[in-house]
Amino acid sequence: MIVPRHYKEIPQRYRLEGNRCKVCGKVFLPPRQICPCGSEDLEDYNLPWRGKILTFTVIRTPPTQFKYQKPYAVAVVELEGGGTIQCQVADTPLEEIEVGKDVEIVFRKIFTEGEAGIHCYGYKCRVV
Amino acid sequence: MRDVAVIGIGMTKFGELWWRNLRELYVEAALKAIKDAGVDHLDSMYVGCMTSGLFCAQEHLASMMADYLGQKHLAAYRIESACASSGLAFRLGFIEVASGMSDIVLVGGVEKMHTGADATYCLAAAADQDYEAFHGNTFPGLYALIARAHMAKYGTTRNQMAAVAVKNHYNGSMNPNAQFQMKISIDTVLNATPVADPLGLFDCSPVTDGAAAAILCPLELAKQYTDTIIKVVGSGAATSTIAVHQRDDITFLDAVHMSGKRAYEMAGLKPEDIDFAEVHDCFTIAEICNIEALGFCEVGKGGPFSEAGNTALDGKIPINTSGGLKSKGHPVGATGVAQIVELVEQLRGTAGGRQVKNAKRGLAQNMGGSGGSSVVHILEVQ
Repeated sequence: MIVPRHYKEIPQRYRLEGNRCKVCGKVFLPPRQICPCGSEDLEDYNLPWRGKILTFTVIRTPPTQFKYQKPYAVAVVELEGGGTIQCQVADTPLEEIEVGKDVEIVFRKIFTEGEAGIHCYGYKCRVV
Repeated sequence: MRDVAVIGIGMTKFGELWWRNLRELYVEAALKAIKDAGVDHLDSMYVGCMTSGLFCAQEHLASMMADYLGQKHLAAYRIESACASSGLAFRLGFIEVASGMSDIVLVGGVEKMHTGADATYCLAAAADQDYEAFHGNTFPGLYALIARAHMAKYGTTRNQMAAVAVKNHYNGSMNPNAQFQMKISIDTVLNATPVADPLGLFDCSPVTDGAAAAILCPLELAKQYTDTIIKVVGSGAATSTIAVHQRDDITFLDAVHMSGKRAYEMAGLKPEDIDFAEVHDCFTIAEICNIEALGFCEVGKGGPFSEAGNTALDGKIPINTSGGLKSKGHPVGATGVAQIVELVEQLRGTAGGRQVKNAKRGLAQNMGGSGGSSVVHILEVQ
């Protein structure tokens, strides 16, 4: 069931294809059709693969489809030049994750969809 | 616009009720409210429910609940705004009576969560499915992001958050409808199983089955039904970004602030005019953020304000006298109207051991998702 929905989001999940408001400069992932400032004048913009951790958590009670990954960290990352995303923190011991640390975005498998067994890929971050 | 009164309330016991189903929970609460009000008919009905589809594979609650309430042909509506579903149902019922379109309106809420479905997965539907839940985040996880940011920005501590749970369990120990009627200590909260750091099990509201209902009518008709007239003096609703990471300030629940501001403006009141409040404490940090956004304390000071006892039953502004979502339980679609039930109990003076002295004016704040929607009502005894 999730496969067609995932397919639609691949440009965002594989390449961080978002957009940017030409009036106020705000950056969006996923891209928006109208900016909260009221402008409909937005340009395509690929978000940079570097940023820093604004806040994070360690998930110890996951939904069923993530049960084999626990415990894992999820962070809010502010990307260089604007735009925020939420993603897992990969390749980093949990105790080394801190608010304010620099991260780079990496391409990873997120989970395997249950019914069809399809691997869903996307972005995670890792502390640099 | 006509003035509107609440003339009847009803709720089921909240809890892990494996032997009860969706429809009988709702009908029990609705019948109690109808009998409490003493009305002999309904003009319309609003049913708040978040996700009976995911929990019970059952949608179309307008038909089902009118049918099983013995009200075939009744105009009925199902309202969904995640955990704020029945708070919004109450607002829509209020608007319908105020408009003059209907006189007697039932507003209710229900959620049947113990069905064998994965509750963490079902509840994540209230988040941004493709940009939050996809990455493995959960509802405790979203509030944990808020909590850690609040700790980093304002120095809020785990102990301050734990104080919220201890206080709500103390209040809930005197509520016969509460899911968990036991007192707990700070150590219980701090040593609980971690769920989503920095939140542990006792920072989280439980998974709950239950229903609640209320009857609204024009103020001018209310005296036919009751001597204790309770008027809806303010109503406000607002939304914010669905994804928590797209907020300008993760620590500030701006939808809560806006819904509160609108309700205060309609009532011509300020936060200091409120005697007690039910706020949406789905997690301990949520109560702290909500009392800040509603103006009961300074922004950033919700933690020390709670720890100092200002929100206790005998404090400056008693918060969650019912036990809140934490102790009373959180059947998500029923919570908004259950808050109204507590307001009416307090304003009638029938809240027993948890009664607030001189309770004349109460506020209820019900929130959807991680703060993507919020609705506030202010009730006053005449």
